[in-house]
Amino acid sequence: MQSLTNRSKVVVKKEMSFAEKLYLPAVAKGMMITMSHLFKKKVTINYPEVERPRAEVYRGQHVLKRDENGAERCTACGLCAVACPAEAITMEAAERKKGEEGLYREEKYAAVYEINMLRCIFCGLCEEACPKEAIFLTDRIVPTEFERDDFVYGKDKLVEPTKKDERINIGPRQTQTTIDFKKNPEYAHNLLWDPNKKIGPKKGH
Amino acid sequence: MTLSIVLVTFAGFWFPLIMAGLVFAVSLGVAAYSTYVERKFAAFLQDRLGPSRAGPWGILQPLADGVKMVMKEEIIPNVSNKFLFILGPAIAMLTALMTGAVIPWGPKINIGGEWFSLQVADVNIGVLYLLGVVSIGVYGIMIGGWASNNKYALLGALRASSQMISYEIAMGISVITLIMLSGTLQTSEIAAQQHGFWADGWFTWNFFKNPLTFLIFFICALAETNRTPFDLPECETELVGGYHTEYSSMKLGFYLFAEYVNMFISSAVMSLFFFGGYNFPFMDELSNHPNLVAVIGAASMLIKTLFFVMVFMWIRWTIPRFRYDQLMNLGWKILIPLSLANLVATGITMWATGKIG
Repeated sequence: MQSLTNRSKVVVKKEMSFAEKLYLPAVAKGMMITMSHLFKKKVTINYPEVERPRAEVYRGQHVLKRDENGAERCTACGLCAVACPAEAITMEAAERKKGEEGLYREEKYAAVYEINMLRCIFCGLCEEACPKEAIFLTDRIVPTEFERDDFVYGKDKLVEPTKKDERINIGPRQTQTTIDFKKNPEYAHNLLWDPNKKIGPKKGH
Repeated sequence: MTLSIVLVTFAGFWFPLIMAGLVFAVSLGVAAYSTYVERKFAAFLQDRLGPSRAGPWGILQPLADGVKMVMKEEIIPNVSNKFLFILGPAIAMLTALMTGAVIPWGPKINIGGEWFSLQVADVNIGVLYLLGVVSIGVYGIMIGGWASNNKYALLGALRASSQMISYEIAMGISVITLIMLSGTLQTSEIAAQQHGFWADGWFTWNFFKNPLTFLIFFICALAETNRTPFDLPECETELVGGYHTEYSSMKLGFYLFAEYVNMFISSAVMSLFFFGGYNFPFMDELSNHPNLVAVIGAASMLIKTLFFVMVFMWIRWTIPRFRYDQLMNLGWKILIPLSLANLVATGITMWATGKIG
């Protein structure tokens, strides 16, 4: 048949020459190849000390955001749980009492909010579904645990710290359109993070 | 005066014992660190880093491995023959360590006017002793595999014994060629004959006199120590571990360790038989300082040995394993005729050059 690419080679089973039958030249050649690898750059990354660079939009461990006053933004509407294709999110709603205005932004809040990190597929549909700008995925990696129960993250692990300088930076997760949209004063809490600030591991490989 | 005589007599009695302890310690230490170097070397050849967590650059890794081995649960299968099951690794380790006794590790050393040879036992049939002890080594594997009462272990043991017996023939014939060249079975004499590096217009080392013998011996040594490409007895991909499938804890450690001790000893034998042993170039210039010669000689012996250990590892991480029929073809159809032809050719050459009557 006519070859279309001229790249194919006809395989010929030819008789081996004496040198080829000895195999020793081939062995020596192979050993030279392995020896040359001795001096090549190693591809291993010493993980805990050095981290592989991650994309800025990396989807890792979730965070429940607070607003500019430090109140939790989540109102336990359950849209994230509905959106979640892995059924990883559960929550229990509670009514805000008088005097708790500084703690919870809306009149209803999540008393319990749990994400099962073993079920989670880190697709990011929860942050897309959230109408309150409350849940976001971050570049943090979920650490390993010995027990399966420890992978069910409650509010203690999900809600970000109240102090403004300890807040979790989620800036790079946002696209330019979203950032422009969020310049609206109504979403003033978004000024807490700087979209240009680099996140991710300190040391690259 | 009497005191010094007593001391010298004392030393004459104790020195071989001290040497024996030293040879034990060195072979075990080198074997322990061979495991580390092997892993490191393998990693480097594959562009990895290798063990790097235990101590700086992972140099405490053998210690960690040893502790792990000892702490592991010791399992002796119910269906096994318990006596033989324990005897197997014991024989493997014992024969591996016994071979070091007849190897001259250095020239004679002078302590207080008395000469001591850096050799545990300078027997006049050293080469025969070496071959004999090495062939006992196969019993360790055979007994261990058989006593396990497991078909994979038995298959591995069968492979091991048939492989070792096949390659022992070619190895024996190449050793006979060497014995013809040197005319002695005494290992210290073989080393002494290769004195220096250059004499009478040619190298003194046996390798340069008969490289083919070395090649045959080297290939057979790879097979005898069950190293790749001849590691069929323990190929984990085919036999779930081979003859030591049922072994656990330190008994498994003994089998693995014996392999590394064997590797060290056969490297020492190769450097002794073919690369001058403790001899090094320009040693006659230092003949006024016999102790210096002894120290450098022992160091050069060790360096040559470690070089061969490295070559063993280098080969392991380069060449894939033989198929069983290829192994047998190489042993019976190529190496044995080749070594016989080599033997005859060497004999004819020696007769033609008037070395034998």
